[in-house]
Amino acid sequence: MMVSTRVAPPPHRWRGEGPRALLWLSPWIAGVAVLFVYPLVSTVYFSFHRYDLFTLEFIGLDNYRYAFSDARVLQSALNTLWLVVFMVPAQVLFALGVAQLLTKLKSGGGLLRTIFYLPSLVPMVAGTVAFVYLLNPATGPVDQLLAWLGITGPDWFGSAAWAKPSLTLLALWGAGNTIMIFLAALLDVPRHLYEAAAIDGAGAWRQFRSVTLPVISPVLMFSAVTGVIYAVQYFTQAMIASRVASGATDSAGTTFTPGYPDGSLLTLPQHLFHTGFRDWSMGLACVHALLLFVVAMLFTLVLLRQFSRAEAAT
Amino acid sequence: MRRRRGLMWIAQHALAIALALMFLGPVVFVALTALMTDEQALTSRLWPERWNWTNFGDVFARSELLTWTVNTFVYASLATLFMLVSSIPAAYALARFRFRGRKVAFLVVISAMMLPPQVVAVPIYLVWARLDLTDSLWPLILPMLFGDAFSIFLLRQFLITIPRDYTDAARVDGCSDVRILFTVILPMARPAIAAVALFSFFYCWNDYYGPLLYAGVDQEGWTLSLGLATFKAFHSVQWNLTMAATLLVTAPVIIVFLFAQRVFIEGVTLTGVKG
Repeated sequence: MMVSTRVAPPPHRWRGEGPRALLWLSPWIAGVAVLFVYPLVSTVYFSFHRYDLFTLEFIGLDNYRYAFSDARVLQSALNTLWLVVFMVPAQVLFALGVAQLLTKLKSGGGLLRTIFYLPSLVPMVAGTVAFVYLLNPATGPVDQLLAWLGITGPDWFGSAAWAKPSLTLLALWGAGNTIMIFLAALLDVPRHLYEAAAIDGAGAWRQFRSVTLPVISPVLMFSAVTGVIYAVQYFTQAMIASRVASGATDSAGTTFTPGYPDGSLLTLPQHLFHTGFRDWSMGLACVHALLLFVVAMLFTLVLLRQFSRAEAAT
Repeated sequence: MRRRRGLMWIAQHALAIALALMFLGPVVFVALTALMTDEQALTSRLWPERWNWTNFGDVFARSELLTWTVNTFVYASLATLFMLVSSIPAAYALARFRFRGRKVAFLVVISAMMLPPQVVAVPIYLVWARLDLTDSLWPLILPMLFGDAFSIFLLRQFLITIPRDYTDAARVDGCSDVRILFTVILPMARPAIAAVALFSFFYCWNDYYGPLLYAGVDQEGWTLSLGLATFKAFHSVQWNLTMAATLLVTAPVIIVFLFAQRVFIEGVTLTGVKG
């Protein structure tokens, strides 16, 4: 973080920067109005209506009543909760572990860094399709390798119990971004702090807890919170896994209902998409959207507080 | 003491190599399967008995992969170009001008960045439907003219690290804001701009949700991610061609990365360390 050594510059220099800033920001301000404020207000309006692209009818709270008694909404909320409780911490801890390991290596670090980072660049659809293949019980190599070890592999994406853990494996494989962020943070920890701790007789674990963790905690926090927000909007991987594992084809006859197997991969964004853009119940979809908004906003507020504090420090 | 250190060295490297193999494993098995014949892909043998390189050609012959690639490329290029034109000025203003509401504006950027795209999907879709632009990729490209929150955030984080003295000196020399942006800021911000452009391009290249919502049912208008998502259902019963298609979709991304590795790593670091 850049800390300016100068106190405030003489006021005349930046008098009148307000109108200029407004001019420079005007496209973006228009964007916020058109793509953020208007749709949000509009979503609230539609949520009180039945709307299927042709007829608009005021129905009061009916959409809300329906949504809150919809078993699929509850199921998707529980699935998202699973992702928040298991997938996000698993990814953060795994990335931290790998990053910590990378700092210890004296040789081969550069190559390993590339190997760990590359999978995170693989397009989400490609990565998910690949994992559905790798984990398929008939010809998939993973279950075969397990069979050689005498273990009967599970049905992964074909079973409700293993579908989410399978996506967690995919998330770990794609954790390269987080690994790089943590690695940079770990390398930023001042060396002399470790030396001082070592002189005081601190062991490896104690050094990690008392030196490393406090210094990198803002970065950890940032990753955890953004991880949760991404878990709330989890869509592509779940949708593709369900689609490929179930063999569904949208536009050629069979109608695809997201969440296969047994709704275990259904998340609210998918349910919203299906309700609004496949069943064309757009008013009801707006209720889902508002639910999503409230949850995402709660976690965004945590982020905003962190940024406000960081800004105050500059 | 030295012996213990030696053991630690071996343990750490063994663990690192094991992890690296687990990260590479999926790629190796996907590649092996992509080269199998149809008959072998039905079996559970993992090593190709005959290296069937024609699979890659078959993918092009049986599907619209070429059209999808062109569509994806047009989408990603135009969106990235529009994003740069609109986001650089916004980031410049947020990083350089002092004005009331500057902090609020920055917090709005972060909120917009974190807003799940599905939240505002219904009203925005209705607007595009009224403009008769659904069943095309324009609804994904045109909004980039308003600036992209993530790119503004990242550029702004970089621009605030440029010491104010540079711009102040130019100002004393009588430079206008536009001139300062072009002669002082842009040359210094080149790494950040490269990173943001690459991220944006990759985001569009990989985007599935956007095209799923807007590209329509006609395969001629699809992107790579849409095509790959339904590839197995439409074009091949066996996994071998699907894996070949998966590799073909992934390859450009990996090639670009290998050429621009430094840009990436610096950009990624920029997203996480600040704050």
